[in-house]
Formats: sequence, structure tokens, C-alpha cells
Amino acid sequence: MSDTAPLRETPDAADTAWTRKHLLGIADLSPSEIELILDTAESFREVGERPIKKVPTLRGKTVMNLFFEPSTRTRSSFELAEKRLSADSLNFSGSGSALSKGETLIDTARNLEAMAPDLVVIRHQHPGVPHLLAERIDAGIINAGDGAHEHPTQALLDAFTIRQHKGGLEGLEVAIVGDIEHSRVVRSNIHLLTKMGARVTVAGLRTMMPVEVEKMGVRAAYDLGEATRGADVVMMLRVQLERQAGGSLFPSVREYFRLFGLSPERLKRAKEDAIVMHPGPMNRGTEISSLVADGTRSVILEQVANGVAVRMAVLYLLMAARGAAV
Amino acid sequence: MTNKTGPQRFRLQRALLDARQMSRMIRRMAGELVERHDELDRMLLVGIRTRGVPLAKRLRDEIAAMEDVTLPLGVLDITLYRDDLSTIGPHPVVRETRLPEPIDGRVVVLCDDVLFTGRTIRAALDELNDYGRPRAVRLAVLIDRGHRELPIQADVVGAQVQTARSEQVEVGFEGIDEADGARVLKPVEGEAR
Repeated sequence: MSDTAPLRETPDAADTAWTRKHLLGIADLSPSEIELILDTAESFREVGERPIKKVPTLRGKTVMNLFFEPSTRTRSSFELAEKRLSADSLNFSGSGSALSKGETLIDTARNLEAMAPDLVVIRHQHPGVPHLLAERIDAGIINAGDGAHEHPTQALLDAFTIRQHKGGLEGLEVAIVGDIEHSRVVRSNIHLLTKMGARVTVAGLRTMMPVEVEKMGVRAAYDLGEATRGADVVMMLRVQLERQAGGSLFPSVREYFRLFGLSPERLKRAKEDAIVMHPGPMNRGTEISSLVADGTRSVILEQVANGVAVRMAVLYLLMAARGAAV
Repeated sequence: MTNKTGPQRFRLQRALLDARQMSRMIRRMAGELVERHDELDRMLLVGIRTRGVPLAKRLRDEIAAMEDVTLPLGVLDITLYRDDLSTIGPHPVVRETRLPEPIDGRVVVLCDDVLFTGRTIRAALDELNDYGRPRAVRLAVLIDRGHRELPIQADVVGAQVQTARSEQVEVGFEGIDEADGARVLKPVEGEAR
């Protein structure tokens, strides 16, 4: 052994370091940060397979789930992730709380601050609310969906699921079909997938397509067949029927299914091993047929299971970064 | 091992083991495990990440050479059980824990390269507890450097080494490191924390 040569390599922590206090959107993240979250989630998935699916990592930490918009899936997924990390969680939802009693957002923030949570998971109907909160309070903020802006943990769990099936994201053809304009899931997914080197095609009715969507680095298609041809991943979005009641984005549900609904025949245009995804909740017979949703290529329920692991990873990384900054 | 002003740098203080000495030492440790005849048939070797893993593998290979029995091997990542999440940083990377079979009723031999404060072992015991109820847990370490902060001791020890608290003990394993070996490093002066 020489005196000078290192016996072992000191790992270079710098290029994989996580230093963020908040997760507000995918747009701010670097590919290596995305990679780190997905790798960390891989380890947390294993926790979900243990006889005791709970680790003491966030014991004594308080996580507040603040949902100004109704949500079952995302809120339960965060809650389960928090419980598996042994954090104490508190739920506030939009209806029946002060949140719907005319309090201003700033006052809400001040009140939260007084309860000294370590992390706040927030969903709000207006874009930018998580960012505003991040400036006002000391807690780490996780955006669980802000208006039609971003839904970062959904995009992360989608990427995690794709990676499990395809080994990676680079070079994949991903078709995203549905109401592109009003979807925060799409926006976060486009940021993530293009950053990681996948090619994205978005498809939907012209009434559902934002102007100049190509500027986000994606291809736009107005025909389902064109979008899914040769795809490795077909991601169907929920048709927000509640939006349909107000205006009219399309003539009728039957018409929509005829044009953009994913049926087994339609899926044949995609690659033979293509996977089908849906962020849920799905409308069977509107955007996806039951044969596809329950078919062998559907990974929809895996997405739900992976959501918990990905959210555990995010909670853990944010809390570790918080600790390091103290 | 980092603080806010950046990682402390270390330089060689003294060499402890070269490759041959280390091999002999591991062979002797394997021998001591084999001597626990009544436990051998239910033994499970579990390496604590990172360098407890190659130690566990080497012990398994040595035991296989002596006794014609190949013990199952597990890997424990204790990151989620650490008591210092708030003070480490910048980012403790979480890796998988893999135990090959249920540990109930087994004799688990935890393996690690260096035994220091005992906090890693405390975390490992907590984690094992979440997997089941072993009949017994034993601890095998290559180097015991003292300075315990918890009432924990090893059952099988390669070498007891006197160290100063500020020093570091570095163990290398061929395969993941330059070579087999162990040495003591001391902080570069003027940069002491």
C-alpha cells in the first residue's frame, strides 16, 4: 500500500446531491435530480414488500396535507407514504374547513406556520400557490397539483413505472392522449420525459390542444392512430366530464370514444410490447375501453402502487436536505 | 463525515493491515464462526452496506471452504434507521435491503468492516427487528476501533485497534476498492472541526 494512493475511492457526492427544500415542479429539476428521486424510490419500493412496511426515518416530523381540491388517490398515496416513514400527518381538505371559509391564502399560511410543520403537501386549483407558500413559510413544500400547471409526483411515478418496464426513458416514444390543455399531469410529464430524452407526441381534439404546444418540445397529433403508431408508451388522460358540463370541448362521449378512445384495435398500432398508462380516475368507455384498461399491457394499478414509493422518496429527500441546511 | 465547511481532509497516519494479513484475519474469523457448531446450520450472514457486504461474502467463502456449507447471504442498508437524518447530509443515498429468507429462528451474523460508536449496529438491530425475530444476533467486525457510544460489543473481531476519536479507519476490499487492506487516517491539521 503506498502512502499517497487512496485505498478506496471517495464517492463524488456533488453530482448526485439533493439540496432542494421544496418540490414545486419538474420544470426546475435537472436530469440527475430526477434520476436520484427515481433511484431512491427503487429502494423505498422494497420497504413496501417487507413484513412490516414501515421505517422510523421521519419519526417526530410533522407533514401537513393541504388539499384545497378534492383528491382521493393522491392524498391517500401521500398519507400512506408519510405513515410508512413514521411521520405524523395532518389532513386539511377544502370543504368543511377554514380553507373554504374565506380566509386569505396568506392568513392560512401564517396559521400553518404557527403549527410548525416540517413539510406541507399542497394541492390548489390555482397555479403558483405552492410557490407562494414556499416563499412565506419555513416548511418544505411539495406541490401535489396546482391548477393546470404541474403535478410533479405524478410525472415521477409515471417515469418510475416506465423505467421498470422499459429499463430507461431515453429514446422512448411516448404518446399522451386527451385534454392536453387543461392537464397538469401532461405538463409535468412533458418536462420530465423530454429532459430524460424520450420523444413525446401529444394528441387530442383541437379544442383540447394548447396553442404552440410544439414549443414544449413535443409533436402534436390530431389523430389517435397517428399518435400511437410505434409508441412504446401510451398514456391516456382522463376526460374531465365536469368541464364538459360547462362548455363543450367535444360533441358527445360516444363521439369522443370513437375519435380518441383507446380500444384493443387502436392499441395494435403501438409497439407490440407497448404499455398503457392512465393517471386515474379513468372513465371506462370514454377515453379507454375496459378491454384495454384491464388488459395485459395495462400498468395502471402498478402506477398507483409505485406512487407510494415515489412519494416516500420525495418526502425523504426533502427532509434530509432540510436537516442538512439547519 | 462532512460538515458545513466541506469535507474534512485526511492523510495517512499508519497502515494496519496489508492484503495477506487481512485474508488470514478473515479466515480466522470464519473459523471462530464455524466453532459455534450448534448455530452453524441456522446461520445467516448479513452484511451492512457498504463494506460489511464484501466481508460477509468473504466469510461465507471461507466457511464454505472449511465446512462444505454455503451460508445464505443478506444485505442490510441502515440509512432509514439512522438517528442522524437531521445532521448528516448532503444526501444519504438509500439503497435496498435484501434478506434471502425469513430471519425468524435463525442466527443472524451481522458483518461490518469497522465497529466505532455502535450507532450503525443499533440501527441494524432495529431494522432486523422489523423483519422478524431471529433466535440470536451475532456481530462480526474486521476492526474494532473503540469509542463506543452505546453498549454494543462484537462476538467475532479481526483486530482491536487503538485510535484517536478524530482519526478515521479505512478498510478496502478487492473488487470494490484498490486492494485489500486497512489503515488509519488522521485529519489534516488546520482543518480540524
